[in-house]
Amino acid sequence: MNKLLNWVDERFPLSSLWNDHMGQYYAPKNFNFWYFFGSLALLVLVIQIVSGIFLTMHYKPDGATAFASVEYIMRDVPYGWLIRYMHSTGASAFFIVVYLHMFRGLMYGSYKQPRELIWLFGMFIYLALMAEAFMGYLLPWGQMSFWGAQVIISLFGAIPWIGDALTLWIRGDYVISDATLNRFFALHVIALPFVLVGLIVAHIIALHEVGSNNPDGVEIKKNKDENGIPKDGIPFHPYYSVKDIVGVIVFLMFFVSVMFFAPEMGGYFLEHANFVPADALKTPEHIAPVWYFTPFYAILRAVPDKLLGVIAMFASIAVLFVLPWIDRCKVKSIRYRAAIYKVNLAAFVVSFLVLGYLGMLPTTPGRTLVAQIASIVYFGFFAVLWYTSKNEQTKPVPERVTK
Amino acid sequence: MRKLITALLLAVAPSLVLAAGGGIQLDQANVDVSNKESIQRGAKTFVNYCLSCHSAAYMRYNRLGADAGMTDQQLKDNLIFTRNKKGEQTKVGELMKVAMTEDYAKEAFGTKIPDLTVIARSRGADWLYTYLRTFYVDTKRPTGHNNKAFPDVGMPNVLWELQGVQEAEIRVDDKGTKHVESLKITQAGTQSVAEFDQTVNDLVTYLVYMGEPMQLERKTIGLWTLGFLFIFFILAYMLKKEYWKDVH
Repeated sequence: MNKLLNWVDERFPLSSLWNDHMGQYYAPKNFNFWYFFGSLALLVLVIQIVSGIFLTMHYKPDGATAFASVEYIMRDVPYGWLIRYMHSTGASAFFIVVYLHMFRGLMYGSYKQPRELIWLFGMFIYLALMAEAFMGYLLPWGQMSFWGAQVIISLFGAIPWIGDALTLWIRGDYVISDATLNRFFALHVIALPFVLVGLIVAHIIALHEVGSNNPDGVEIKKNKDENGIPKDGIPFHPYYSVKDIVGVIVFLMFFVSVMFFAPEMGGYFLEHANFVPADALKTPEHIAPVWYFTPFYAILRAVPDKLLGVIAMFASIAVLFVLPWIDRCKVKSIRYRAAIYKVNLAAFVVSFLVLGYLGMLPTTPGRTLVAQIASIVYFGFFAVLWYTSKNEQTKPVPERVTK
Repeated sequence: MRKLITALLLAVAPSLVLAAGGGIQLDQANVDVSNKESIQRGAKTFVNYCLSCHSAAYMRYNRLGADAGMTDQQLKDNLIFTRNKKGEQTKVGELMKVAMTEDYAKEAFGTKIPDLTVIARSRGADWLYTYLRTFYVDTKRPTGHNNKAFPDVGMPNVLWELQGVQEAEIRVDDKGTKHVESLKITQAGTQSVAEFDQTVNDLVTYLVYMGEPMQLERKTIGLWTLGFLFIFFILAYMLKKEYWKDVH
């Protein structure tokens, strides 16, 4: 066995790869609950890729047969329904896990120097994930697939001068059609997964280069023993691999509960209107994107002007990219930051949830007002952060991690 | 901060109530997809009254047979009324298609006739249960009937023989919108009110079953999966404890 390993190592850096990323990758020993979501995101990615491969074996990317082929998967393909529900539940689970993973980063300042690039790669992953989910949602070719895509693509039409030509180029037709379905299928199945995997590799390489942050925001590499091993670090394998297995099982309990007992999740994971085949001549009463897009959709609708609304919506995502430079506080973890940061972050989370809820509902003047207030709070988070973080009254940060 | 949260919640609260209201009050269907007799009775009503215009083009006859406990011969004798181009009876393994063409449907009803395979998943059982029982006489409509749950619907009242003739008391509000206040059977059908409610409930049960034929199976598999994960969790947790006991 050893001889075989040596043979491989002389030709491929198997042992050193293993050691760099698992066996001798020293992670802080004080990871808490919030640190499960990185590995869970990776798990969901694998679930989506594997279930997606099996779905492509039976799905037909054709306007005339797409809807029927999904029902064929649900009925005639042995355990096709299981694979389809796995994939549809996985899409929502991906966003839940990613949102919690990002919130962890906000709480513990994981985007700060020297981890700005990890955050940037992460934001690009989030962007690619949104594109992946959006294109995937067209494929079942139901009414919500069709009209949701119609609404989102028409947003690009608000761009001055090139708008109309751009939407035409994206759709490949004057309306959402078979041409759109075909290209979205290609992008969903080949192009975007490639981009996603590439970005995730970059995200992890960058993480393992600088090392993981932790709930105390202490750099464990500053305190090393005589062997050059961080005193507060433990090897990722076996400590965190066995710990993450526990997290994976708990996550799977939730995941399979949805998959087997409530795959529609009351119309949030699979919208009711999407069980009606796409019909270009019949607009549904109420068009709402799937829940994970609704906060941004609510910001779009909160602004009276279409172009400004589109700009606000894109800005709400773009501003996250520059977060490492907006937050000028040297202290990373929320544990040692001033009360203003805690309040600001709480307001940000509330505004995000309120926007998400409002984005699912039809508008009324009252709801629009609330959405406008919530949008101001959303952007206000960054303004307040920029203003208060420079000279924040922080608490002393310990030398070593705490329990 | 707390004030802000409270204010926001208060602002959103009325919309919660509105979202729950939405349109008319629906009657509650009593659907039990594990009741095979109910599915069989519903299927019978379905093929007799619905399947002549509406297709169920993703559903196979023998899937129904297998799930509701009917043999191929029983399906052929009781449920399959269509023929193929050669004039032979439709085979049990075929999809529940309909003979009516799209063009004819457009000419006769002015619209495309929706496929019903997954109608219960888009409309919901309660809506279907209400809709099928709330047709009322309206001489202004081309079919002679209107509907409480689906105003100005194009579909004729195909179950009228069973239910009888139903008339509505209409209230017109300030904005000119019509509200159906109450419904009354003025000419009895072949079934009593209770019998008809049961017939429609069976039909809705069948539609819910047809929307997702594997829905009972998935729950059974779900319980086994959760059981497996629970045992796996105990082992994984003990393994984690064992490894982590030397981390201080």
